[in-house]
Amino acid sequence: MKAFYSFLAVIVLILVAIIGGSIANLHFFFGIIIPYVAFVLFVGGFIYRIIKWGRSPVPYRIPTTCGQQKSLPWIKQAKIENPTSALGVIVRMASEVLLFRSLFRNTKTELREGENGPQLAYGSAKWLWLGSLAFHWSFLIIVIRHLRFFLEPIPVALQMVDSVDSMLQIGLPQIYITDLLFLAAITFLFLRRVCVPRIKYISLPADYFPLLLIFGIAVSGILMRYFDKVDLISVKELALGIATLHPVLPSDIGAIFYVHLFLICCLFVYFPTSKLMHMGGIFMSPTRNMISNNRMVRHINPWNHAVEVHSYAEYEDEFREKMKKAGIPVEKE
Amino acid sequence: MAKYKLPKPGELSSSINYNPPAKDWMDIPVEFKPATYPAAAKEKDLLTVGFPNAHQWTPEDEDWNLPDGWEDTVIKGIEERLSKYRSFKLFMDVCVRCGACADKCHFYIGTGDPKNMPVVRAELLRSVYKRYFTKAGKVLGRLAGARDLDADVLKEWWYYFFQCTECRRCSVFCPYGIDTAELTIMGRELLNLLGLNINWIAGPVAACYSKGNHLGIEPHALKSNIELMIDDIEDITGIRVNPTFNRKGAEILFVTPSGDYMGEPGIYTCMGYLMLFHELGLDYTWSTYASEGGNFGFFTSNDMAKRLNSKIYAEAKRLGVKWILGGECGHMWRVLNQYMDTWNGPADFLEVPVSPITGTRFENAKSTKMVHITEFTADLIKHNKLKLDPTRNDHLRVTFHDSCNPARGMGLFEEPRYVIKSVCNNFFEMPENTIREKTFCCGSGSGLNATENMEERMRGGFPRANAVKYVHDKHGVNMLANICAVDRAAFPALMDYWVPGVGVTGTHELVANALVMTGEKERTTNLRGEDLPGKEGNE
Repeated sequence: MKAFYSFLAVIVLILVAIIGGSIANLHFFFGIIIPYVAFVLFVGGFIYRIIKWGRSPVPYRIPTTCGQQKSLPWIKQAKIENPTSALGVIVRMASEVLLFRSLFRNTKTELREGENGPQLAYGSAKWLWLGSLAFHWSFLIIVIRHLRFFLEPIPVALQMVDSVDSMLQIGLPQIYITDLLFLAAITFLFLRRVCVPRIKYISLPADYFPLLLIFGIAVSGILMRYFDKVDLISVKELALGIATLHPVLPSDIGAIFYVHLFLICCLFVYFPTSKLMHMGGIFMSPTRNMISNNRMVRHINPWNHAVEVHSYAEYEDEFREKMKKAGIPVEKE
Repeated sequence: MAKYKLPKPGELSSSINYNPPAKDWMDIPVEFKPATYPAAAKEKDLLTVGFPNAHQWTPEDEDWNLPDGWEDTVIKGIEERLSKYRSFKLFMDVCVRCGACADKCHFYIGTGDPKNMPVVRAELLRSVYKRYFTKAGKVLGRLAGARDLDADVLKEWWYYFFQCTECRRCSVFCPYGIDTAELTIMGRELLNLLGLNINWIAGPVAACYSKGNHLGIEPHALKSNIELMIDDIEDITGIRVNPTFNRKGAEILFVTPSGDYMGEPGIYTCMGYLMLFHELGLDYTWSTYASEGGNFGFFTSNDMAKRLNSKIYAEAKRLGVKWILGGECGHMWRVLNQYMDTWNGPADFLEVPVSPITGTRFENAKSTKMVHITEFTADLIKHNKLKLDPTRNDHLRVTFHDSCNPARGMGLFEEPRYVIKSVCNNFFEMPENTIREKTFCCGSGSGLNATENMEERMRGGFPRANAVKYVHDKHGVNMLANICAVDRAAFPALMDYWVPGVGVTGTHELVANALVMTGEKERTTNLRGEDLPGKEGNE
């Protein structure tokens, strides 16, 4: 049901886009106004959210230590999993952001009846890691590839990305490896939410919606490139115009392009309001981005207010006689 | 309640079902199943420390006697904490519900209750956050995963935030490091605003505040408890150790959890400290004022934790010691490692700890000036400063349980292992996914070690016990070593239930049994009064 609502929402968005794309009078709105608005909301919203998080202090230094601490010189410290240097934290964060280190640890718990009673087993479970990695990396490369629409001349580095990505020279136009990976990964991420009972149980519409939205973007993009081909010269003309703040509306690009563009705009607008902000949040997670030098360097809590304590003097006043009797030294005889 | 009988282990494990129920968790009202929740805090204990809204109530009551306008108190409480803790705010926002944490929680593994999945435990709070603090939640409501705060939600929070031991295992697996401990800490702070604490936490907090330790042992009683241990040590070794209390000018202040003062097997660990320090001729003192290393305040609110923790530095300053040595305890070291210096530092009246025996400078503790006893002892052993006879522990086949907090809030892995392997010849690790940073909680941490919630504890401790059972079956392991007073208190019941035949010991009990003391008589028994291997029937 939750997936269905999300599906419905994406269908509505597609219908809106089709209307926008098929009525020439609306092209200016859908091709230029909405993209600008979406871009501004995305960047503004993203920054707003980061600032909002940033405004709350980090009162305590609470890294989750996933390796041996630095203590005695002859004990080997886990310099990345329990970092005491900025470099260690940078490597730790890089491995989280680029390689999804923590997700790589994932295991699958199974309870079975063994010879000697119940047995818990923790099997390897790398599919989520693999699927997420494929999804995020192919998404990133696809976004980078799209920069060629906004740049003239196309930088050499971009051309290289393009040629590596399309090195499986199957037919024409050449098929991008990332397109295939991306579709497969979204499908996997969606199916696990629908098919794995436990994942289905915890999933909200806000989990299905972005997957379906991105799926819509991918499919419309693929349709445009391989099947219902659009005029790439016109697309580039529009993109360059938008990028250089001199937007011009090319005559006829094709309705499918408007679907693609509109869904991207929806993603842009939705992004800062949603869980997708994990993209920015991961950099700010105190359990991962802090140096684990707790006993070496004092961490300051900006709101460390005074609290009422039970002082030694009060304690001694209460127990003086008993202490004296037991031969425990006291301050006041 | 009297009719309740703990199910047999087989019944309990076969009742665990990981298939989620048909109904959405929001539509399943919280059910207070017998023996799965602790008793309510007593009014008088809350009054002792000046907690708000102290009142008499029990979880079974339909009406919890909540103060007027409690919803407002909670919402304002959330708002305040969002502005004080980036962790809270961020963790409310960035979860993508990928499910990696779902089966990592010992309470989930032991109950199959979906609300014990860390992601759902967070959603219990997140749903209310969304409703009152996000536009999507305000407009879309349930569709955005939001819900109103009402008395049922509050009861659900109480049940499940006291069914989390703040062990942080889920945060190891979370791709964004979302730490359920942070959320449980916030959740408990909010409940605390309404006087909804639990007895097993509030009682020790009040005792610690007024008497110096969780058990409420008064100064003279503390001294006589230790004197009883001194007598036992003399019987066993022929040596009379001579500790001092509240002594000014000592070089080192020793602070340990009060669980070590009373009850087995905690006292054997305490005897271990006494014997080790005596053998070293350490210039150290105990304190009756700062007689608690642990900090149950940490399970109520960060302010309360700070209030209790303040005694350690205050006492170190008053006595004029150079540095502080800390005993074997779990959450104590999370607090000492990650909070103490921030709360009550800087400890500029102390010196960087230097071992008077080896000369090792503990650079890793140069700011807090507090050293963990396994760091201290590992250093001694490495420098050959202790005469050890590990064969005295030959009847033991030992495994080591990493306590959650020193594991995931510190990274203390090799030091205790080095110590144990130096004093025991038979050491076996539990399976890889159940130790070190992936260690499983005893199921009784963060103040849940009561008796009335025994089923909860047996369920929560199931993954740990099952890993012990694995090495028990495979290697004949018969002793579970640890570095935590709550472990020592909680494990005996857990082992008896799931893995009968496995004992529980602190690390320094093992050390003291192997320690050959200068001038000792020939030992025939260990600290527990059991015959040493090869010495059976000598007396």
